[in-house]
Amino acid sequence: MIDLEKLTIEKAHEALQKGVYTVRDLVEAYLDVIKEKNKEINAYLEIYDDVIAQADKAQKIIDSGKSDILTGIPFAIKDNILYQGHIASAGSKILENYTASYDAFVIRKLKEKGVVVIGRTNMDEFAMGSSTQTSAYGVTRNPIDPTRVPGGSSGGAAAAVAGNMALVSLGTETCGSVREPAAFCGLVGLKPTYGALSRNGIIAMGNSLDQVSPFGKSVSDVEIIFKALSLHDKEDSTSIPLESRTAILRKEEKKIGVPWHLFETGVDPEVMENFKESIEKLKNVGYEIVDIKLPFSKYSLEAYYVIMPAEVSTNLSRFDGIRYGYSEKGDNLKEVYMKSRGTGFGREARRRILLGTYVLSHGYYDAYYNKAVKVREKIKKEISSAFLDVDLIATPTAPIVAFKIGEKMDDPVAMYLCDIFSAPANLSGVPSMALPSGKNSEGLPLSLQFMAPHFAEDSLFRVGKEFEELRGMI
Amino acid sequence: MEIKDVEALAELAKIELTQDEKEAILKDMGGILAYVKVIEKVELDEEEPVYTLENRWREDVAEDRDFSHELIVKQFPDSQDGFLKVKKIL
Repeated sequence: MIDLEKLTIEKAHEALQKGVYTVRDLVEAYLDVIKEKNKEINAYLEIYDDVIAQADKAQKIIDSGKSDILTGIPFAIKDNILYQGHIASAGSKILENYTASYDAFVIRKLKEKGVVVIGRTNMDEFAMGSSTQTSAYGVTRNPIDPTRVPGGSSGGAAAAVAGNMALVSLGTETCGSVREPAAFCGLVGLKPTYGALSRNGIIAMGNSLDQVSPFGKSVSDVEIIFKALSLHDKEDSTSIPLESRTAILRKEEKKIGVPWHLFETGVDPEVMENFKESIEKLKNVGYEIVDIKLPFSKYSLEAYYVIMPAEVSTNLSRFDGIRYGYSEKGDNLKEVYMKSRGTGFGREARRRILLGTYVLSHGYYDAYYNKAVKVREKIKKEISSAFLDVDLIATPTAPIVAFKIGEKMDDPVAMYLCDIFSAPANLSGVPSMALPSGKNSEGLPLSLQFMAPHFAEDSLFRVGKEFEELRGMI
Repeated sequence: MEIKDVEALAELAKIELTQDEKEAILKDMGGILAYVKVIEKVELDEEEPVYTLENRWREDVAEDRDFSHELIVKQFPDSQDGFLKVKKIL
């Protein structure tokens, strides 16, 4: 029996190298758990039919002595990442029959390394949501407590790892869609620097914000994935060339800024208590903690809910019932559009398309969109300035713990507030990581979040590993 | 916002909505707009932001891609002789 609960990429790699078990043994161990749990949890929408063939291919690479650390490692991927020849539906009815005609850049790279992609995981429709309840394919449940949500929008990818149905997974973030589910499921989630991982082959939601983001049980696992995929892709014009990826690194990265004023209210008392304890622990091992002020970041989520819908309304105009995806018959072209989009999009997607259409329309453009873009520039600037003084910025990952299935569905703003601490990193493009920081009185995971300067992911990994030791998690 | 505004937006966005859906969206939009409206009141100094982003283009020459022509054509809801078929526009 392989102990999937405590497995890490490094441990699995070592066992595969030594022949303790084969790739097929490892993959079958996960498939057994999937068979037992997926019906209830609904983490996966599809298990790919070529999983065993992928495992055998990986085994050949290992047997030939040419393996990479990721060879044979079982991955789950979010349903908005293209995997050639397989359905990618982005959790939407409008793409229920869409088969990817090419591989996303990140998939191409993972294939080269011989990973095993087990299947595609459930998500909020077009990544719009914070609880994986808006998918056209049903809700995903939290493996830690199936009466609760796993967070979202990458809830399926989080539940797959938390429920031992994959060793690691790839989600995507636009605003907290990996960090928040990582928090709700007790995982590590990394949102890399914008431009670090290619967006090529990712079904876009907000182009200026989206970033492929890994989940793992340990900092070391997400670090390995990040390092394997942080590459320049000339087919993505927002992918940053390697020579431009320079982080301001200091010798002593021991100064943490805490913007206390951002979470004076609206944070669950147990979350707050845990955050203070975590900060105290870091202080005890020599970190200097300073109070910082980020006056514009206070408006991050409001700015996000103007900029993102604007990008959504533009992006989702491509789903027209004409070129691919769900299509309804109509008497004329306009009717095909109206009916296909009317039936194909769910409630949240429609809401955001219309909101985006509104903030971009004549008469509101300056008041909303243009203003939000200016506020975003201020946020970028103040975060960059903060990093001249501190090495890291810490906040709770989410203001609350995993909530019950069905909650917040009738109150969009309450749902949006789950990502209040996520927004500054997505708007400014800096990397950010969510780390398990304990459990509340009901046994639900709590999480600590760090932000670091652009391309200073290494600082996140360093503090993350130190924190794991402090928590006694490794 | 009123129901006729929702109708106008749905028309622009080419999304058919039932009466119930229109009313539900109107209610949701009220809450969301009340929330994002704060952005209008944020005080910025006079200084205009300097955008440092630039477009990056590639030369207009054919390059190899692993797109499968067959898979792309297979996605068309309606096709004829390997071409996408659409309703008459004019």
